[in-house]
Amino acid sequence: MQQSFEKDSRPWLALIGNPNSGKTAIFNLLTGLHQKVSNYPGITVEQKRGNAKINGELSIELLDLPGTYSLTPESLDERIVAEQVLQWVHGNDRPAAIISVVDASNLSRNFYLTSQLMDLDIPIIIALNMIDLVKKNNETINVQALQKQFGVAAVVPMSALEKKGIQQLKDAISIAVKKGKQSNHTHLLPKDTKIREYLRPIKELFSKEFGYSDRMAWAQSLRIITRQSAMNLYENPYEPSLQFEPEFISKLRLSRENAIAKLEESGFPHRTLEATLRYHWLDDLLTKSNNVKSTKSILKITRSEKVDRILTHRFFGPLIFVSILMFIFQSIFSWATIPMNMIERGVVIVSEYLMSSMAPGMFRGLLVEGIIAGVGAIIVFLPQILILVALMSIMEDLGYMSRVAFMMDKFMTRIGLHGRSVLPLMSGYACAIPGIMATRTIDSWKERLITILVVPLMSCSARLPLYVLMIGAFIPANKVFGVFSLQGLTLVFMYFLGTGAAFIIARIFSRIIKSQSKSTFVMELPPYRIPMARSIFHQVYLRGKQFVFNAGKIIMAVSIVLWFMASYPKTVDETTNVNPIHTSFAGKIGHAIEPVIKPLGFDWKLGVGLITSFAAREVIVSTLATLYNVEGGIENVVSLTEALQTDRDPVTGEPVYSTLVALSLMVFFVFAAQCMATFAIVKNETNSWKWPLIMILYMTGLAYLGSLIVFQGGSLLGFGT
Amino acid sequence: MRSVGDMNNGETGFISGFSNNMDLQSRLVEMGILPGVMIRVIKWAPWRGSVQLQVRDYHVSIRREDAVNIYVRSTLT
Repeated sequence: MQQSFEKDSRPWLALIGNPNSGKTAIFNLLTGLHQKVSNYPGITVEQKRGNAKINGELSIELLDLPGTYSLTPESLDERIVAEQVLQWVHGNDRPAAIISVVDASNLSRNFYLTSQLMDLDIPIIIALNMIDLVKKNNETINVQALQKQFGVAAVVPMSALEKKGIQQLKDAISIAVKKGKQSNHTHLLPKDTKIREYLRPIKELFSKEFGYSDRMAWAQSLRIITRQSAMNLYENPYEPSLQFEPEFISKLRLSRENAIAKLEESGFPHRTLEATLRYHWLDDLLTKSNNVKSTKSILKITRSEKVDRILTHRFFGPLIFVSILMFIFQSIFSWATIPMNMIERGVVIVSEYLMSSMAPGMFRGLLVEGIIAGVGAIIVFLPQILILVALMSIMEDLGYMSRVAFMMDKFMTRIGLHGRSVLPLMSGYACAIPGIMATRTIDSWKERLITILVVPLMSCSARLPLYVLMIGAFIPANKVFGVFSLQGLTLVFMYFLGTGAAFIIARIFSRIIKSQSKSTFVMELPPYRIPMARSIFHQVYLRGKQFVFNAGKIIMAVSIVLWFMASYPKTVDETTNVNPIHTSFAGKIGHAIEPVIKPLGFDWKLGVGLITSFAAREVIVSTLATLYNVEGGIENVVSLTEALQTDRDPVTGEPVYSTLVALSLMVFFVFAAQCMATFAIVKNETNSWKWPLIMILYMTGLAYLGSLIVFQGGSLLGFGT
Repeated sequence: MRSVGDMNNGETGFISGFSNNMDLQSRLVEMGILPGVMIRVIKWAPWRGSVQLQVRDYHVSIRREDAVNIYVRSTLT
């Protein structure tokens, strides 16, 4: 089944490796296109492509596949890789070469995947990453001998962290691409004549039906014998181009069952067959032939282990984790004050300048009251979002997050989640979208689905603007016990409320949702590494950019629409005392839904805000800013905080807002489903509209109920004013 | 038979086999955790829900319910 692969003039290469092998760092170095480099197993959940300039005449396209331990899939991530590779087996869109990224300090387990890739007859370049660690431990690896014995195109010792060996890797790529498709990889499987005899019927099927090469046919036979999930790739492929004849599938199934029965009879446990054969071959090649000289012993206590004595201590571990969370929320508040004030002042200066230099009219009104007031009210929160993202990235890159998963798995299992749910949930504090995407590393569907459904309850950075605004305006800046500020504690409370609700809802969903597969948990704990400033900076930059531009686009559009709706139709009747905004389109809509939200303590302006913020939560603040600026009239561009504090009901003269209303509103935002992007990503990840709909319904119900309890309960207790 | 579930912090042993009904064994062997391989228990997590092991050149954590399905011997033979 040979066909021409050069559909594009530019050759393309695939980057494959274990989680934590530094694959993403190498991708970044080659393409210059930075993306997330992380210490948590399997954080690279998406396929990423980039262009790499190799030398003066050659540039290639590079595909970064998710980290995987084996071509037999366990989680969705691994399934993506396995299916992609199966495509190549069938001759579709084969890469010019594969860069197999290997952690040099952890050879045998990393080479397992390499040995599977060797069956493909695609040239392989082994990137022997983290060679600096090997040298530090006084080990030696005989690179030339390895290259000969594997028969691969090249073995390149390198260190992505220290930026060493990149030129050598590029040279190897250039040579491999020029040489073309030949490879002479060592044939390693299976040598035992009995095993060969039992597998032969399957192997013949693969050779005849699909024209697999001899070696590939043996390898695939062995793989489907060993794992049902490898068989699943043939039975239910995701990719439509990989549909197989039912007749072929049933033949395959039959010969598989025969072979398994015979193997078990002769005492070969079939479920460990492939791994046993490969590891025996690898262990021979690596240690017994002296290709690797090492004084390392598994008895040696590593530095990470010493750090873990405290960080995962059975008592101090959880305590430290909770303290870190508290520290993060407190610091968000205190560190961001100065930059926030500066931005706020800047917005005022710009508005005043425009007011004095432009002629009055519709355009000035739109610009100052609509766009600048709306966008300005949002940009103010950028410092806090950046601080949060920076702290989360540091913990992730440090390797602390997988320790948290290790400590918390028991607790998470109790509430129907998974140790691996911790990272998605905590990412949810920054933004639900990367959190939901990070659930792909959870290998059981039920736990993954529940995690997806509750991640949006974690207070994301888009809620911060509202929290900050309300707390700043209505919670006194008193100290509690002399150390904690009441404002900081209120913020912490909102985060805890969302998190607590996520746990309870998860428990409820785990009772309702049925599943066939059992939950499993095998997680690598990578050594602690000092995070690279470059990587942290980049993640902060990306998230900031995303917030300003992507969210900014929505906010800008909503601000403009809203300004029109709040300003038109203009009331002609100048004699009435009623503010024109009441009779505008926005006013009418707000007034129409007021009866529904009145029991929560919200007035019609908040009603408008709730509608606009369904697209994105942070829009509430710019909506209020626009509404109040319009209401205040063109002459006074007011600070939003002041406007809220002094707003009075035109009929009763009572203040519209009180501490209780502020609390009720914040509680509403803790629970409410208000993010179009989240719904879209949930639809994407669950493959149906059913789950995003369930999410919207349960969250909105929870929000209304929570808010109702706070406001009505609070009023009964006399906190109404 | 002794299992990883019976081992204490700091203890070492050699894997002798898996319990038959263990779903996880195929994944463990793919990660190089197979009979004859030496392991060391680094530590049990708080509440003893999962255990951190050193195998080959890396650290891995598994749940207690899986640890009891991995049998160990104190010597290789």
